[in-house]
Amino acid sequence: MLSPLRITLICVVTLTQAVACQLTDGSVARGGPVAMRRLTADQYRHAIVDSFGEDIEIVGRFEPDNRRAGLVAVGSAWVTVTPSGFEQYEAMGNNIARQVVSEAHRDRFVRCTPRSMSEPDAECAEAFLREIGPRLLRRPLEDADVGPRIDAAAAATELMGDFYAGLELIVTSLLVAPDFLFRIEVAEPDPTDPSRLVLSDLTLASRLSYLLWNAGPDAMLLQAAERGELSNDEGLARQVDRMLASARLEAGVRAFFEDVFRFDAFDDLGKDPIRYPAFSSEVARDAREQTLRVVVDHLISKQGDYRDLFTTRRSFMTRKLGPVYAVAVASEHDWEAMEFSPGDPRAGILTHASFNMLNSHPGRSSATLRGVFVREALLCQTVPPAPADVDFGLFNEDTNPKYKTARDRLGVHASNATCRNCHRLTDPIGLGLEVFDGVGRYRTTENGAPIDTSGELDGVAFANNVELGRVFRDSPLVGACLVENLYRYAVGRDPVNSERRLMRDLEAKFESSDYRLDALLRGIVLSRGFRTATRPQEEPPSTESEDATQSVASGPSTRETI
Amino acid sequence: MSHLIIRPRRLTRRNLLRSTLRGTLGGAAIAVGLPYLDIFLNDNGDALAATGAPLPRRFGTWFWGCGMNPKRWNPTRDGRVFDLPPELEPIAGIREHVSVLSGFNVILAGETNMVHRTGVIGTLCGGAPPSKTENNGPTLDVLISDAIGSATRFKSLEMAATGIATDTYSRRSEDAKNASETSPISLYTRIFGPGFSDPNAGEFVPDPQTMLRKSVLSIVGEDRKRIESQLGARDHARLDEYFTSLRQLERQFELQLSARPPLEACRAPELPEEGPVSRDVAHVKANHAAMAKVLALALACDQTRVFNMVFSEGASQLHQSGSSDTHHTLTHEEARDEKLGYQVEATKFVIHSMEAWATFVETLAGVPEGDGSLLDNCAVLAHSETSDANSHSVTGLPMMVAGGGGGRLRPGVHVFGAGDATTRLGLTLQQTMGLSVASWGWKANETDRPINEILA
Repeated sequence: MLSPLRITLICVVTLTQAVACQLTDGSVARGGPVAMRRLTADQYRHAIVDSFGEDIEIVGRFEPDNRRAGLVAVGSAWVTVTPSGFEQYEAMGNNIARQVVSEAHRDRFVRCTPRSMSEPDAECAEAFLREIGPRLLRRPLEDADVGPRIDAAAAATELMGDFYAGLELIVTSLLVAPDFLFRIEVAEPDPTDPSRLVLSDLTLASRLSYLLWNAGPDAMLLQAAERGELSNDEGLARQVDRMLASARLEAGVRAFFEDVFRFDAFDDLGKDPIRYPAFSSEVARDAREQTLRVVVDHLISKQGDYRDLFTTRRSFMTRKLGPVYAVAVASEHDWEAMEFSPGDPRAGILTHASFNMLNSHPGRSSATLRGVFVREALLCQTVPPAPADVDFGLFNEDTNPKYKTARDRLGVHASNATCRNCHRLTDPIGLGLEVFDGVGRYRTTENGAPIDTSGELDGVAFANNVELGRVFRDSPLVGACLVENLYRYAVGRDPVNSERRLMRDLEAKFESSDYRLDALLRGIVLSRGFRTATRPQEEPPSTESEDATQSVASGPSTRETI
Repeated sequence: MSHLIIRPRRLTRRNLLRSTLRGTLGGAAIAVGLPYLDIFLNDNGDALAATGAPLPRRFGTWFWGCGMNPKRWNPTRDGRVFDLPPELEPIAGIREHVSVLSGFNVILAGETNMVHRTGVIGTLCGGAPPSKTENNGPTLDVLISDAIGSATRFKSLEMAATGIATDTYSRRSEDAKNASETSPISLYTRIFGPGFSDPNAGEFVPDPQTMLRKSVLSIVGEDRKRIESQLGARDHARLDEYFTSLRQLERQFELQLSARPPLEACRAPELPEEGPVSRDVAHVKANHAAMAKVLALALACDQTRVFNMVFSEGASQLHQSGSSDTHHTLTHEEARDEKLGYQVEATKFVIHSMEAWATFVETLAGVPEGDGSLLDNCAVLAHSETSDANSHSVTGLPMMVAGGGGGRLRPGVHVFGAGDATTRLGLTLQQTMGLSVASWGWKANETDRPINEILA
């Protein structure tokens, strides 16, 4: 990180070069350290589909991702591969390799005919390796990638008496390689100013394609990188235009919002079957998909204002979701586009079943969990964790039958100053959503008492959950938080000091584009921060400021209760 | 064939494999004699334990969330005549196998008590962590598996009865957590599925597929220097961990390719029945019992020597079907019964946890091994992240140690710690497992005093 002192020093050193000094002093962003990021489960899947097709089955369990500072994308630059994790990667890779070279699939990838089915054929094996290798490793092959693999393939063919056993070995060797499982970013001196570092073209190609498509570069992008076209603004812009216009953008946008919305928690979501008979894993799957469909429809198809996601009444429905939303769905299997009527309590994605079932307990809703989620994930604020030594004896009145609603019960907490400080940040938002129960069904009463969803967000009052969406949409933090999240997602770390001004520039651009996502994406990938770097991370940065974010983000073991 | 010896000119690993494969093996699987394997399939030359070698010593942890009620759990009498208060009654049937430790603390010494985290990390890692990301590893089991884990197919096995892979405390660091197996069937398949060779099967036939899979890993290792040169210190360390994991799998294949001495107690278990996996306490208990059975035989078959079972996570979300509460929410929100003086519903989960622990210990004790049982050769640490969960207390943490530790432990005592650090037990267990470590822990939790009362 560049402290003000450091910036001054640079100016002193370059005193004779007044222009360079000005540039360093904030007007041009300089990116932070390059990262080594482990592929997420989805990115792994995309790599297999892109390289081998949809019909290759991926069997096995992925090592869990680790959320840091609210994003798996940031955690991916920290996680390693454990022994059991590697065991799984190898088993998955071996299984995929077997399918790829099976009689059913081999003709798709092996464009040569081996001299013999039972003997080594180095030429044909190498042709095969060169066919699949660059796509998987996201770079051209080097001699060191080729020789050992061809030798080992020959040995395998001799052992098994089968040419394709050698190819199988080649595929597995690529799928367990560190530069497949990790995206290893490389920075090099800027040819126009060797004192600065820029991302290599290949690294930039990967950053682009993982941000926009959540997958490795396609052949066209790789070729552009190899020709050095990404180092000049025009060449880069050409690729960015192409990629933004591609149908694959949807996968990238989905992956980003799944990360921000913490939808990976759906994988382990369970509800009490007696209290919530409407819940099932299919309902959870469709609730997750519903929100993502609304996001994609609104932000990509309609090129809408990001903030309107919190007020839009347009949605999609399946028959499985029908009982949760109390609507009739004609199609048995298909998704139906629909629009909630103006008087309906559903407006904006905060009223979706997805968020409300995710941020609840197994047997009831939680205004506090919902409030913490909204503050941290959507407004980029930090809610401190509950202190350990609260005397909960004060609140044992909670179970007193005279407190019928969550508002009544949380009101007891508000009587205590220690608790009030944080709960006043979270609870008003969550109480505004209390008409949605632990699986997101609409209700008007709790224990026979009417539910009051009025409240205030940072000083602006709202009368009910629909107004909450409108007030939320107009909060200046909403757009700024998306900028910050998307940038962190793109580079796999928090912005460094030299990128602070860039953040403000991006916010301004986002605003002047009427909060269009493609404008923000374009702004990020064409920025200096995205394309430049400092030396690799030597010391782990202090993560103190991230801790509170993680208290909720890192999972059930740290979830606080109300 | 069985006495064939080949001397390749250059003894690199790849050359060796290559000439081995080329020169000696045709297409079909071939029975291979021991001298051959000695030379070609074991890099270290120690894969074949001498017949009559001492039985292996194993280490495990068993975690339950949200602690207990100190007044109803802590024994009042020390030593071998200790009493069993109401919340320890479920372990009456195993008390001869278990030592109970009360009154040991994670000493905060200025650090924040991070709720449901400091207590467990403090006991497993050696002190109160300064933040959620620092000093979060290595855990006790990782230290021990680094020392003894390479002799077996699996360095360690992690299991979560809750069915959630991230319910695990075994970790080298915050960014290298060992994920848990999530069902009895997945645990069974990993150990006893393809890749398992019964040491009592008689004739040993190495699988050529396994040879190939092993050879793949040596190719990958050749890439290391080129990649390393591009990395900063932090990523360099991460890549090192990747390669350590790769070596571990290489070792695993090596063991699969070598004939193992027969193990009297080893037999493959039945395939577990598929049951519901959820946090419903009834499901968790059933899955836990089924996993314990699979694990016991995995240990008897010497597939691993280190294991970690999470019965429920910290801030336990176990719940009783039909209830709006979880164990955790109950500990904070349920009113204390005025007459009884404790939270009745929350306490039911403590009893469930102790019952499950008893089941676990009985399962290990039920497998005969040598002159005694498998449990005699185990040291299993049971612990929780709090004592009184209502106040997130990390003083007087409940801990138990089951098993004879291969003759080094003498279970069946109660030891009162009088406020000593829980690291004393961690130190004792490392020494029990043969690690030469004289002191352990950091800052106020550092100790050089093992708990002699539990030693043989």
